[in-house]
Amino acid sequence: MSSAVVGALPVEPRQHYLNVRYGVGSWLLTVDHKRIAILYLIGVTFFFAIGGVFAALIRMELLTPPGDLFLSETYNRLFTTHGVMMVFFFMIPAIPSVLGNFLIPMMIGAKDLAFPRINLLSWYLYMIGGLIALWALIHGGVDTGWTFYTPYSTVYSNGWVVVTAVGIFLAGFSSILTGLNFLVTIHTMRAPGMTWRRLPLFVWAHYATSIIQLLGTPVIAITLLLVGAERLFHLGIFDPRQGGDPVLFQHLFWFYSHPAVYIMILPAMGVISELVTGMSRKPVFGYKFIAGSSLAIAVLSFLVWGHHMFVSGQSVYAGLVFSILSFLVAIPSAIKVFNWTATLYKGSVSYQTPMLYALGFIGLFTIGGLTGLFLASLGLDIHVHDTYFIIAHFHYIMVGGTIMGYLGGLHYWWPKISGKLYPEAWARVSAWVIFLGFNLTFFPQFILGYLGMPRRYHAYPAEFQVLNVMSTAGASILGIGYMIPLVYFFWSMRYGKTAPANPWGATGLEWQTPSPPPTENFPVTPVVTREPYDYLTKEEPAVG
Amino acid sequence: MAEAHAAAPHAADPRLQHHFADLAAQKEASTLGMWAFLVTEVLFFGGMFAAYVVYRALFTRAFEGASNLLDIRLGAFNTAVLILSSLTMAIAVRAASQGRKNLIILFLVLTIVLGSTFLGVKVEEYRQKFEHHEVPGPHFVVPEGLPRQAEIFFSLYFCMTGLHALHMIIGVGLLTWLIVKARKGAFTGSYNSPVEMVGLYWHFVDIIWIFLFPLLYLLGRHAP
Amino acid sequence: MSAKGHAHPTLKVYFAVFAALMIFTALTVWAAFEHLGIWNTPVALAIAVTKATLVVLFFMHLRYSPRLTAVVLSSSLVWLVILFVITLSDYLSRPWLPIYNR
Repeated sequence: MSSAVVGALPVEPRQHYLNVRYGVGSWLLTVDHKRIAILYLIGVTFFFAIGGVFAALIRMELLTPPGDLFLSETYNRLFTTHGVMMVFFFMIPAIPSVLGNFLIPMMIGAKDLAFPRINLLSWYLYMIGGLIALWALIHGGVDTGWTFYTPYSTVYSNGWVVVTAVGIFLAGFSSILTGLNFLVTIHTMRAPGMTWRRLPLFVWAHYATSIIQLLGTPVIAITLLLVGAERLFHLGIFDPRQGGDPVLFQHLFWFYSHPAVYIMILPAMGVISELVTGMSRKPVFGYKFIAGSSLAIAVLSFLVWGHHMFVSGQSVYAGLVFSILSFLVAIPSAIKVFNWTATLYKGSVSYQTPMLYALGFIGLFTIGGLTGLFLASLGLDIHVHDTYFIIAHFHYIMVGGTIMGYLGGLHYWWPKISGKLYPEAWARVSAWVIFLGFNLTFFPQFILGYLGMPRRYHAYPAEFQVLNVMSTAGASILGIGYMIPLVYFFWSMRYGKTAPANPWGATGLEWQTPSPPPTENFPVTPVVTREPYDYLTKEEPAVG
Repeated sequence: MAEAHAAAPHAADPRLQHHFADLAAQKEASTLGMWAFLVTEVLFFGGMFAAYVVYRALFTRAFEGASNLLDIRLGAFNTAVLILSSLTMAIAVRAASQGRKNLIILFLVLTIVLGSTFLGVKVEEYRQKFEHHEVPGPHFVVPEGLPRQAEIFFSLYFCMTGLHALHMIIGVGLLTWLIVKARKGAFTGSYNSPVEMVGLYWHFVDIIWIFLFPLLYLLGRHAP
Repeated sequence: MSAKGHAHPTLKVYFAVFAALMIFTALTVWAAFEHLGIWNTPVALAIAVTKATLVVLFFMHLRYSPRLTAVVLSSSLVWLVILFVITLSDYLSRPWLPIYNR
């Protein structure tokens, strides 16, 4: 359907955001949201790689039943590092800070975010926080699990708890500032005619995400401060020896960390909304419901945190309420899945890489989401809590969901970001490798968990070995799958075909600018007159 | 896409940032941004208030008894000082909206003086706690007649007032920065956002104290 | 171009609010020493909320600000209530189970 511009006359190199200025200083002191997005891209890729290395180490240990590769305390540090790096330094920032930063101003017709310098500050806070956490890691790391439960983390752990907590605190502050920036930008900087009902669903998703970032992150920030105070100054807020309650820590921790998982998934859902409609050239089905469900998720996500605490000693009556609410929170997500499916129905679906990732997302997120309902049932959760069932559940959502969304979005908007086309054949190959590798890694873990294999153990009974070997094999394939795009994205920057302004023929203001865009995005502020995703009107969006 | 207005760059106000259409849009955005930031501060302090609410419900006697050990005169004095500082801050903001440079500086200075007074009193209060072994940790001595959970009260006391004091110190820093800018004549009738933003921040810190004072100092006075 | 966002309260209003705040402070200290039974806490909180409301409406100009500002601020308070109420519901409902013989 789409094709690059052919037979073009030789043109003078056009000035755009990548070549307008050269030099490290022009990047490290930039206030251009597009450059900051690239800076984040480098950062999240780096921390993802570290998290991935630790995943590999975990899976290597789990190839055999005895704990023979690492001591148990070392193994504790491995999975803690994997969790901390992945959750705080990849999953939470990736889509908002890379794709959101790049696209939101363009999608609403603005020249930049509301606070460009705060945007740059966000990046520095994120990088400094990550480097501090890295420092702690190099000097031995932490062994508490990414969940830092007290009193182990505050009294007994020998790891670098406070230093790591500082790193996470800074990353959290970065996340707050990004959310603040997005919220204010979307409220105050929409171009004339860009009403709320015309906003791309990607923007709605990030708006809802910003609400969660602003209201939730401060609570984990204060919780980390209290953990630090308890560890350094022996204050007794969570320490039973001084009358404190460890479960209170869990309440405060999960008050943020549950909504945090929606910070991780909502932006991906925003990406999928764009991919599904753009690559089936059909208006999205149920625009209002998808937008509204994003807001509903943002609100409901704050009401369910106790489902992480069913076995903690929390009151059963509170558990009942949390269980019911956890069932309810699945409904808006299900609405999205139905609506995306309905959008695809009778659409002109093109099976290029972004669509492959979108389809993968819809299937894998559904599995992850449905298994979440298993966990919302109090009785069943008692059986599978702290087993590999939980691990499989959240990896289906985080990897099968968010990372698919991230990669799909990266491919979809790569022409806009880099001005080059990625190699489609290699991209499809890696999408399939990732899909197959992922399922081989994590599907056996559902079974393992249900059969009773606990999480965070480096040794296990011999009867679980076959499934563990399958999982490790899958992880190797998955790792290779991730490395292929790394190679060809770099390759495309040098050797890729030049991308036209709108390679997919999609609607949306970001496609009305050249690829790559000029620094100010739009020479003249656009005026929006069309409804979103209006593929069926007579006026076709121009291709190329 | 139809042509929309495009402000001629060389005619724009030098304080207008390039991505905003005009100063009014810029002010609207920065005001909303500051309120959104204050929302995060509400939840930030809120986590500690949640801990307070839970432990007070569980250990009411310990909390009431420990609260009575705080110096109510210093607490009330500090409350009055902070409220007065909010008044001087509000007047400073008003002066900024009128571009009255000397008035701005005078009231910013007054606000700093009052804020520093507050901090000085806090230092004295903390010193007294050290003396009386009321600081949680290895040197804590459970006060006479109180359950051992009094230590949790003092943990929360130090965390909450400490974080509040840190915010005040940052506030004093921001006020100093404002004075420097005001002396250069930066604030006029058409551009005074920074003063207003710092004002919002300062009033918020005052509001935190408005809640801290009764919750920490007054909860046990009726039951000595 | 003028950036006058909204009307400003007069100096008189500021002084009146200040006076009210001081009076309420004295009131809350006095009420703390009175034996009001279970009403001590609600009274103290009500006074604190009143004082905070005065500061927000007049010193922070919420009264003269767009409605969005009030919505943004209220959301933080609602979320705070969510945090308090649900967390407390755990602690307060634990004794309902017969295994707790406190």
